[in-house]
Amino acid sequence: MNMKYTDDHEWARPDGDLLVVGITDFAQQQLGEVVFVELPEVDREVDQGEDTAVVESVKAAGEVKSPVSGTIVEVNETLADTPEKVNEDPTGEGWFYKLRPSDPGQLEALLDQEAYQTLVESLA
Amino acid sequence: MAEHYPLQTTPLHSLHQDHQAKLVQFAGYEMPVHYAPGIIKEHLHTRSKAGLFDVSHMGQIRVVGEDIAAQLENQIPADLVGLAAGRQKYGLLLNPQGGILDDLMVINRGDHFVLIVNAACKHQDLALLKSELGNTLQFEMMENLALIALQGPEAADVLSKSVSQPDQNINRMKFMDVQNLELAGFPCMVSRSGYSGEDGFEISLAAEHAPNLAKAFLDHDSVDLAGLGARDSLRMEAGLCLYGQDLDSETTPIEAGLKWAISPPRRAGGAREGGFPGADIILDQILQGTKRKLVGLLPEGRAPMRTGTQLFDQNSNPVGSITSGGFSPSLGHPISMGYVNTALSAADTLLQAEVRGKLLPVSVTTLPFVSHQYAR
Repeated sequence: MNMKYTDDHEWARPDGDLLVVGITDFAQQQLGEVVFVELPEVDREVDQGEDTAVVESVKAAGEVKSPVSGTIVEVNETLADTPEKVNEDPTGEGWFYKLRPSDPGQLEALLDQEAYQTLVESLA
Repeated sequence: MAEHYPLQTTPLHSLHQDHQAKLVQFAGYEMPVHYAPGIIKEHLHTRSKAGLFDVSHMGQIRVVGEDIAAQLENQIPADLVGLAAGRQKYGLLLNPQGGILDDLMVINRGDHFVLIVNAACKHQDLALLKSELGNTLQFEMMENLALIALQGPEAADVLSKSVSQPDQNINRMKFMDVQNLELAGFPCMVSRSGYSGEDGFEISLAAEHAPNLAKAFLDHDSVDLAGLGARDSLRMEAGLCLYGQDLDSETTPIEAGLKWAISPPRRAGGAREGGFPGADIILDQILQGTKRKLVGLLPEGRAPMRTGTQLFDQNSNPVGSITSGGFSPSLGHPISMGYVNTALSAADTLLQAEVRGKLLPVSVTTLPFVSHQYAR
């Protein structure tokens, strides 16, 4: 699984010619119990680093920034009724959206597992 | 307010760390927002069994002097002359415009009084009281005391089992009664009160004994620690105001739905009418009403509507704002409190709230969201 990470604690994983996007286990731990997720509209074009989704815990609201530029093609509708999936399985069933990347080079430039792990340990 | 000095800690700081507390800065103190289980579990545990809260950051002010009750009535609009020894009452400190400077508990201890005040306000409260009443009363911040709250339906049972002396029966205590109890061998001042809407107790004792009393409570299966996060969601469900959010120096008690805190003897025509800061404005508002008032608000969707969210009528005219809001663990959906134009304050009035640039439907409702379970 060739997962890449941002220093803002999103992950992106290739799925055919699409990318699946979510937030990391570290991010969900920091947020606490997720009670609401607002997802982007399908067909929206987003730039790398643009706010695309909102994740709210009991404590606070956080913005999810797109790891790469592209077009949203699918969102995880199940999070509307079961936002707790973001806590339970942040890199699996708790995914946020799939997008068709417009600049394949952006993915390669993101953090790999090792670099992201180093970042998280530096924040602990 | 920026804090430029080191954070203070409470006597239970080590206990918090031992229970994997997530610590945050609050009113100059490093306090637990939640422990390992998280806010929702701590909240639901308090509603179903018993939650243990460290509120030692709050101010405990000892008041001595002559005619304490009558003197305090010069600053606080409650009926304190009529407050019996062993009873406590909710009070307010007010400015000359009738705005709220702090809310507090006033306890009659017989030969002295004790005031329990908000942490963020405690130093200014003490300065105000000394400057206004210092000629006749002496005020002392009791720095060597801890304050812990045991809240929930099992709290009374746990407390009964913790009482050291067999003649001390907590079942005789009613809501807002205060008495001395020896708990787990430690002398305590215990009131039957709290900030969760549940039955429960607030316990003041020497700082040095607080960790051992807390551990004795935690030995009961029904007791778990609960942090400031659960304290906030519990009080919101109970419709209880938080100073600094729902109450401030620009807000009067009548706007805030706290008319009951202006005791009848202090109102127009009462035996000791007025005589507190802002009395003319507040007594007039009791008769004439206010332009805005505090209401409960139910968002129709799942998006929480938090402090500062602006409210609009159906024609998109601004009509107020949300002062507290979040997710209700007991109800499983978001809840908020806020101020709206009185004309739009009736239950079931449909309004709109601006969340991230979008207007979302929200309806006015009565407080509390979850009914109180006090031992009256």
